[in-house]
Amino acid sequence: MYQTWVLTALIAWPLVAALGVLLGPARWAKHLALAASLVEFALSVPLWWTFVPAGGMQFQLDVPWIPAWGIRYTVGVDGLSLFLVLLTTFLVPLSVLGSYTYITTRERGFYALMLVLTSGMIGVFVSLDLFLFYVMWEVMLIPMYFIIGVWGGENRLYAAIKFFIYTFFGSLLMLLAILVLVYLVRQRTGVYSFSYLHLIGHMGALGPVAFWLFAAFFLAFAIKVPMFPLHTWLPDAHVEAPTAGSVILAGILLKMGTYGFLRFAVPFFPTVALHPWVQAGIVGLSLIGIVYGGLVAMVQPDFKKLIAYSSVAHLGFVMLGIWALTLQSVQGALMVMINHGISTGALFFLAGMLYERRHSRLIDAFGGIARVVPMLATILTIVSLSSIGLPSTNGFVGELLVLLGAFQTYPVATTVAAGGVIVAAMYLLPALQRVIFNPLDKPENEKLLDLTPRELAVLLPLVACILWIGLYPTPFLRRMEPAAQHFIESVRASAGTGTAAR
Amino acid sequence: MNLAALDLASSRDLMIAFAPELVLTAWTIVVLLTVAWRHRTARDLRVAGWLTLAGLASAAGAAWFLWWQRAAAPGIPAMIAVDDFRFVADWLFLGTAAVTVLVSFDYLERENLLAPEYYALLLFGTLGMMVMAGGADLMMIFLGLEVMSVSVYVLAGVNRHSVASAEAALKYFLLGAFGSGFLVYGIALVYGATGTTNLPSIGSQIALASLQDSVLLLAGLALVLVGFGFKVAAVPFHMWAPDVYDGAPTPVTAYMATGVKAAAFVALFRVLAEGFGAVAAWPQIVWWLAVATMVVGNLAALAQRTVKRMLAYSSVAHAGYLLVAVTTGSAAGSAALLFYLVAYTLMTLAAFALLAAKGRNGERDVLIDDLAGLASSRPWLAFALAVCMLSLLGFPATAGFIGKWYILVAATAAGQTVLAAVLVLTSVVSAGYYLPVIMAMYMKPEPFEQAHAPMRLGLLGRTAVIASVVGLLYFGVLPNRLLDLARASGAAVRKAPAPAAMSPVPLAPRAPTSN
Repeated sequence: MYQTWVLTALIAWPLVAALGVLLGPARWAKHLALAASLVEFALSVPLWWTFVPAGGMQFQLDVPWIPAWGIRYTVGVDGLSLFLVLLTTFLVPLSVLGSYTYITTRERGFYALMLVLTSGMIGVFVSLDLFLFYVMWEVMLIPMYFIIGVWGGENRLYAAIKFFIYTFFGSLLMLLAILVLVYLVRQRTGVYSFSYLHLIGHMGALGPVAFWLFAAFFLAFAIKVPMFPLHTWLPDAHVEAPTAGSVILAGILLKMGTYGFLRFAVPFFPTVALHPWVQAGIVGLSLIGIVYGGLVAMVQPDFKKLIAYSSVAHLGFVMLGIWALTLQSVQGALMVMINHGISTGALFFLAGMLYERRHSRLIDAFGGIARVVPMLATILTIVSLSSIGLPSTNGFVGELLVLLGAFQTYPVATTVAAGGVIVAAMYLLPALQRVIFNPLDKPENEKLLDLTPRELAVLLPLVACILWIGLYPTPFLRRMEPAAQHFIESVRASAGTGTAAR
Repeated sequence: MNLAALDLASSRDLMIAFAPELVLTAWTIVVLLTVAWRHRTARDLRVAGWLTLAGLASAAGAAWFLWWQRAAAPGIPAMIAVDDFRFVADWLFLGTAAVTVLVSFDYLERENLLAPEYYALLLFGTLGMMVMAGGADLMMIFLGLEVMSVSVYVLAGVNRHSVASAEAALKYFLLGAFGSGFLVYGIALVYGATGTTNLPSIGSQIALASLQDSVLLLAGLALVLVGFGFKVAAVPFHMWAPDVYDGAPTPVTAYMATGVKAAAFVALFRVLAEGFGAVAAWPQIVWWLAVATMVVGNLAALAQRTVKRMLAYSSVAHAGYLLVAVTTGSAAGSAALLFYLVAYTLMTLAAFALLAAKGRNGERDVLIDDLAGLASSRPWLAFALAVCMLSLLGFPATAGFIGKWYILVAATAAGQTVLAAVLVLTSVVSAGYYLPVIMAMYMKPEPFEQAHAPMRLGLLGRTAVIASVVGLLYFGVLPNRLLDLARASGAAVRKAPAPAAMSPVPLAPRAPTSN
């Protein structure tokens, strides 16, 4: 029972709850949304135990939707998507709780959109039908567009439309690629079907058109990741979005890009993905992302912008890990995806809390506040260290695995990427110092309030995860391993012997 | 009486085949006589409106009866086609006219347009559309086109207090007559080449006498395409559209942008598929028309500040998407065309109805920024308009997306990948003008207190808008019914000339639930 319905319930429940929030009284909106998202989280928790690591695709439900076009409603979860689903249900209640005082206007709309967004995000991670995937991929665009555009900062209109058009551009080309792909597979098999498993099972050799199809998928996902040079929407969107928007954007939405590579782009077109030039290009762009993201982060006066650019760098590690195609690197990539969601999410929460206190995002507006707000300073330190990748925090586990694994495939590139870890320390530590240490020279900062219990309730679960994954990542790795192994083997096998021999 | 084997040579069977048109004609005469007798007060106007609705409903019923009985006229090619493609198109036109009437009730009273002939003209226009969609003969199609066009020329200028309206009517008349001239001349040349104006006969003549490369025929075809290009507002024959749409009263604009365009597309598809299916030249011409229309329509719409002009250019852009469906010439293409026409009609009608509610004595000047803050004072109106914009943009979970998807499916299946790519890329551009409307409504503050208080949408207008928006969302998520209908009717357009002695396979009447 749970096996069959849980994923559908995870998609449907937030939509129902959103309607409730919209129709209920405005002053209850946030409480209703929090309750709904906690229920969602509670629904998803048993996935952790009932998931069978070696079981492949599970919790499947498959019913016809638009039979005329071979479109089905097919959902399922495997080791690649399990943690992204859990990360989503975990971050959403925290984001809702973290918005309690930040969002003061049109609350019903905001919380309803957060819930709709949740549906869309879960839908993207569990869809096993390309039509369904595309619909979900687009549907979550609208809530985020509104969240940035209505509740964002001063420059929100520009940021919102830039975010929308970048993503829309990429995804429409992907739509076309999906259609062509389905058409080509139908020519071979006679079955017009958008089912993921059908397509991947009957892909065969596509010939030169595969390059163009890969390019379309690549564009859609690379914009979302975002990879250099398609990242320019990200700083704007992150900075202008309200706290919860930034957290979800960084924590979940960026992962959709890398998830798309793992699930669709690479397994569909392994020969293209492993073509030496494509490899060189993608690894090169990932490295540029790692180094460039770090260097640009270093000179940002705005704390949120700094975090935004650090995301570009972190996601570069994920891309490197995926393309290195070793068990460690792929597991590492999956770990970095989770860790980035937790650590960067926490950083954005902290940036939002600082903003609520001082109404400034500038690093220079603070200084020496460790004495005034010790709890906030402690947590900010822990989170920053985890983002840098200090051993015993989660950041270390993921990046180490990526570097270890990728070294076997790309020794030179990995050496450069390792330098990126140092760059991370070079931008986050000075920023940390300027915010919480240094002399307390601004009178406005002397009366700052420390964390309230509500804010602690937002941050402590994240800190707990940081330490848990940092100290004992085995439960995570064990659940990922078969899926990662399967991913590598299938890609290697269908890419042919030429590339697998490396 | 066997409706599945109508013999159109017998006048009785011909009357049956023409039943929807005849019913509508009768009602039109009733409306005409009524308004000739009573045309003084607003109440008379309402009576005429209700009579019009009754007429549209009975014509739809007649079309439904023929569809339900699987009426067909096998055998010798006749003046009129009796197939599902025609019936579904008829419903579309009748529905469009009904929504236009619903919106007009309030609009006419508010704008003080006591012109009872308005409804009679609307009925005549719809009649013309039905004849166009049913015509299996170029003469019939031309006849329908003229009946429709002349009615709409007058409708465009029905607001005699407005200079813009008069300008629109004159412009539309001059350019429309110009376009009709091309069409007639094209028909004459086609007749010269093939010796017939009947579409299936043209098809068989081309096949028999190998006329694919005949200069006379190609010149005629090109002129026919130019004539239709004017009617559907395809680039480069779109020049009249923005000014005319802009100047005409808003419900009439809605009617022109949906009904007239749909009729021209349905007729164009039938002419090309049934008559010129064997001529290789037209897909190439239409290919270029489609590309030019999509690119120019979308780019020009970006530059517009007023909502009405933006919607006018957007309707040009949508003509481009529809031309993509025409280019395929396949059964999937005709089904996609029908589906997209339904979705397009719903979203465009609702958008214009909402605009008509916002406008007040000169709605020409409603800027996109004038909608600022609509969401906070009139949340439901803003929501409805937002759904329309997203659907026009082709966003998932709306009928506009399914329609666009269908066109893309048909285009990729026909090997038109480049055309599909142009469609997709120009759709991205269209986000640049649809989103600002949403942005203004939701993300900008109200310019002054009560800025939107005068916005009125009467009970009937509200019904029409609610029905359209619900339809958009419903067909966006569960399109199956409409899809099956479009597929079945799209396949009904005959591709090759039918052999003369085809024995009809009798079919049982449909079960009442099988729509």
